[in-house]
Amino acid sequence: MRYMLLIYDREADWAALSEKERGELFQQYMSFTDGIRKSGHYVAGDPLQPTSSATTVKVRNGKTVTTDGPFAETREQLGGYYIVKASNLDEATEIAARIPSARLGSIEVRPIMEVGG
Amino acid sequence: MSIERLYRDESSRILATLIRLVGDFDLAEEVMHDAFAAALEHWPGHGVPENPRAWIVSTARHKAIDRLRRDARFRRKREEILQPTMLEDAPPPDPGGEGSEAVDDRLRLIFTCCHPALGVEARVALTLRTLGGLTTEEIARAFLVPGATMAQRLVRAKQKIRQARIPYRVPPAEKLPERLDAVLSVTYLVFNEGYAATSGAELVRRELCAEAIRLARLLCDLMPGRAEVHALLALMLLHDSRREARVTSGGELVRLDEQDRSLWDRDQIREGLALTEAALREGGAGFYALQAAIAAVHAEAERPQDTDWRQIVELYRELLRRHPSPVIELNHAAAVAEACGSEEGLRLLDDLDRRGELSRYHLLPAARAQLLARLGRTDEAAAAYRRALALVSNEPERRFLERELARVLAESGGAVSG
Repeated sequence: MRYMLLIYDREADWAALSEKERGELFQQYMSFTDGIRKSGHYVAGDPLQPTSSATTVKVRNGKTVTTDGPFAETREQLGGYYIVKASNLDEATEIAARIPSARLGSIEVRPIMEVGG
Repeated sequence: MSIERLYRDESSRILATLIRLVGDFDLAEEVMHDAFAAALEHWPGHGVPENPRAWIVSTARHKAIDRLRRDARFRRKREEILQPTMLEDAPPPDPGGEGSEAVDDRLRLIFTCCHPALGVEARVALTLRTLGGLTTEEIARAFLVPGATMAQRLVRAKQKIRQARIPYRVPPAEKLPERLDAVLSVTYLVFNEGYAATSGAELVRRELCAEAIRLARLLCDLMPGRAEVHALLALMLLHDSRREARVTSGGELVRLDEQDRSLWDRDQIREGLALTEAALREGGAGFYALQAAIAAVHAEAERPQDTDWRQIVELYRELLRRHPSPVIELNHAAAVAEACGSEEGLRLLDDLDRRGELSRYHLLPAARAQLLARLGRTDEAAAAYRRALALVSNEPERRFLERELARVLAESGGAVSG
């Protein structure tokens, strides 16, 4: 079964890191990703550009409305994601707990709905 | 064995096994009922089978297979959770492993119902529904919520188990202490819900205490080596032993020092004391063991004045050291008042009051009021009782506080004469 691990943390926290600290965190992400690739859990995963680069789109009465920024202003922002294969929720939450950002922000674990074949 | 008896005694165990075999709570429940209906039809004519429980399980499993074959839509819905091996007639080979028969399925069921990924209210409801065999209506009444709300809560919990695939297993050794804590706290929550409230649906609420004790007994049977399980059972037995004495026939609450101790359930106290000793010996001073030890000191006192308050103070101090909490501080202060004098206890309560952590908790002003009254500071006592009354939500406790307030006011009126 596939789970999406949504990484929420504060962009301000990242911005406040020194060059060296950011480098270390990056290294931690590299080795985490490498680890779940080797264990066969990895399906996909990417970091996202900050919310300052986000655009929100909606269609109302057939008209497309485009606005600057994310859909909602929240304390923590979606900063990246992984898609992993896990046999159950316990396995998925164990993987989520090893994501470096789990110590800074939080990880939402969402089962992926399997549609069709 | 009659079918009714089998249902009463064994249905939670049968359900637990069926959930493992068919991999779905709702389907398991439906086919179990079908199988019992089949038993009602067949057994009177053909005789009761040698192993009635196995007959029900195997019949129910076949009914599950039939259902899945008949209903393609249903099957597609369940496909991902229902592995083909589960549908074969022979039990899946699993020597000593996760799905093994060696583990009582009810233990898997308890850990799944109390999984931390479920909300606390959902854990309680699901545990009572599946292991306790209480109906949704009964659980709703016990928790004073509408039946539809409780039904919705159960549906959502089962849906989450299915969709997020919460595993049906006893957690691995390294996770066990943490997960067992969650199971014990659900059990204790059920007990306290029944114990703290004495109004409204009174019978159902007493049933909750009995149900929590039954669950703890089951856990003791299933996990004999765990001292904290014994400690929790001991704690609940000792509290529950006072059930006849702590409420009058008119539903009024009776304070511990005013209870008729001859009404205390001696058998239950004996069992509770033995379990407390064993738990302390084998598991040390854990959260439940210390509380059981405190209840044991009360249980051992023949009269209120025989209570060894110094020992109780020591036990609370140890409890606070390990599990700091303002509510335990409150209890500690009340014990200090008995052991070292009201002034001393009041000083601790005032400190606690100033910190404001318990500003919504009626028992803090109630405890202050009691000590203030003892010290003859009746005006302050009356003010504190009024504050407690503004916060209390439970009917018998409210009436109790009103009586105490009236008592203080009467004394204050007669204060001139001493």
